[in-house]
Amino acid sequence: MADDYILETDALVKEFKGFVAVSDVSLKVRRGHIHALIGPNGAGKTTCFNLLTKFLEPTRGRIRFNGEDITLEAPAQIARRGIVRSFQISAVFPHLTVLENVRIALQRKLGGSFYFWRSDSTLSRLDDRAIELLAEVGLDSYVDMVAVELPYGRKRALEIATTLALDPELMLLDEPTQGMGHEDVDRVMQLIKKVSTRRTILMVEHNMKVVSGISDMITVLARGAVLAEGPYAEVAKNPLVIEAYMGTSEEAAQA
Amino acid sequence: MSRRAIAYLMLLAAGLAAPFFIYPVLVMKVLCFALFACAFNLLLGYTGLLSFGHAAFFGAAAYVAGHAIKVWGLPTELGLLAGTIAAGALGWAVGSLAIRRTGIYFAMVTLALAQMIYFFFLEASFTGGEDGLQGVPRGALLGFIDLSNDLNLYYFVLAIFVFAFWLIYRTIHSPFGQILKAIRENEPRAISLGYDVAKYKLLAFVLSAALAGLAGATKMLVFKFATLTDAHWHLSGEVVLMTILGGMGTVFGPLVGSSVIVVLQNELADKVGSLVTVIMGSIFVICVLLFRRGIVGEIIAFYKRMLGQKA
Ligand SMILES: Nc1ncnc2c1ncn2[C@@H]1O[C@H](COP(=O)(O)OP(=O)(O)OP(=O)(O)O)[C@@H](O)[C@H]1O
Ligand SMILES: [Mg+2]
Repeated sequence: MADDYILETDALVKEFKGFVAVSDVSLKVRRGHIHALIGPNGAGKTTCFNLLTKFLEPTRGRIRFNGEDITLEAPAQIARRGIVRSFQISAVFPHLTVLENVRIALQRKLGGSFYFWRSDSTLSRLDDRAIELLAEVGLDSYVDMVAVELPYGRKRALEIATTLALDPELMLLDEPTQGMGHEDVDRVMQLIKKVSTRRTILMVEHNMKVVSGISDMITVLARGAVLAEGPYAEVAKNPLVIEAYMGTSEEAAQA
Repeated sequence: MSRRAIAYLMLLAAGLAAPFFIYPVLVMKVLCFALFACAFNLLLGYTGLLSFGHAAFFGAAAYVAGHAIKVWGLPTELGLLAGTIAAGALGWAVGSLAIRRTGIYFAMVTLALAQMIYFFFLEASFTGGEDGLQGVPRGALLGFIDLSNDLNLYYFVLAIFVFAFWLIYRTIHSPFGQILKAIRENEPRAISLGYDVAKYKLLAFVLSAALAGLAGATKMLVFKFATLTDAHWHLSGEVVLMTILGGMGTVFGPLVGSSVIVVLQNELADKVGSLVTVIMGSIFVICVLLFRRGIVGEIIAFYKRMLGQKA
């Protein structure tokens, strides 16, 4: 049944002036899964995310969300449908406080975001919910700190809290643990696992420990095309995948 | 009462007392340019958009208000309102085209469109071309307060300034202002949270243009004429200078920056002649090299450092 899939793409293609960054990718993401998108540097993972959220226009192909064709929609519209993405480079609002960061997300559903004649103290009714979300990611003691001053790992946690504030049906995470120390990686991994109940997660991830630890399904991209697909144990044994990873194949095979 | 409220009250008191110590027309000129810079700062400092064509709105409102009062015989208040609305409408048109681009391209589109508006004013008959629109009567406020009296006019101008300053302050500190800051801080993230950033930018642009227009119309009333200088790109550059010198993205920066520039120009004009431009240029260079945050921005940063040391 098609409804089992929350997100489907049909032969998605993205060309940059003749260079094919994404070629014929037909992706099916099952509802409720944590689905990992992996592949070597430059494989086209981020480009895929940009296509799915319409930050880039696909050259060819179609995207369906909950069975509806969303190929022609604008990025903000797609976000309002419930597909919310994070970015590979940290995506906080650096000079706003931690609390304000989360409130920006909460504010949208409250409405009245065009009211320039109202005081922003009307937003304080969102504070309780914002603090609740921050507590969920362990940031409740940083509420009044300016986001730029947070340590790197905490910034990524703030991004996740902000994304969760929209209660998205489908969360796209682009390398959520990139550049983190061990402890932070573990914390973020547990966090992703925790928030995956009641929603679907599609994540790009290089850390094989995270991929093997929490993903239900894996798609491997190489040079823009799908190389393999399946659960971790299956994909890790695939000789094509091992070859594509070369240097990291050891690690992939061991884990 | 909070410290902030006390500061505002002291400023208001200074504004009320000023014409007894300083030539009122000079203070009025400062207020008009301060309002212009504050309106501009709403866009540059709080939305992150550098418009290089804001003089078009300032000048357009000056012409429309002048024409409405002088030729159509509209009461002064309605004339100013007509100028403000015209500038807002023009802002909507320019903004709709410009916000499709970002960064330097945005600045270029605003500059190009402002040049087209300038040439329209140069050719159109109602503007008086090179001579300008001269001899606009100041009229009477509510039909009985004679505005040809400088002191009466001063308090009217001060009231306009206070109202507009309050509106800008309100906008910055509103739910809408929060989204503007989010767009300035990280536009892709704001989009990915579901905000149609183009709509927010456009509303900010229209507000900024309308208030820049209110400043232009008011200045026209003070000097009783509107000329091409009001719409010239020199002025578009000057408002950038005022805002950056004072501190963009701060509430008081544009006020301080414009006061410094207007007073300096006024003091130096007879003494050094065309050297004024060179002096202004040097100030700008020094400011950009040494005081990146602008006067008010540096003061705030200094104050925060002091607080940090105490803690
Ligand atoms: N806007 C663009 N213009 C031209 N080429 C691009 C553009 N964006 C991406 N590319 C190219 O497309 C290819 C895929 O890039 P992409 O960022 O999607 O890789 P990735 O799988 O996310 O890699 P990484 O693991 O390093 O993040 C790269 O070769 C990149 O240089
Ligand atoms: Mg990438």
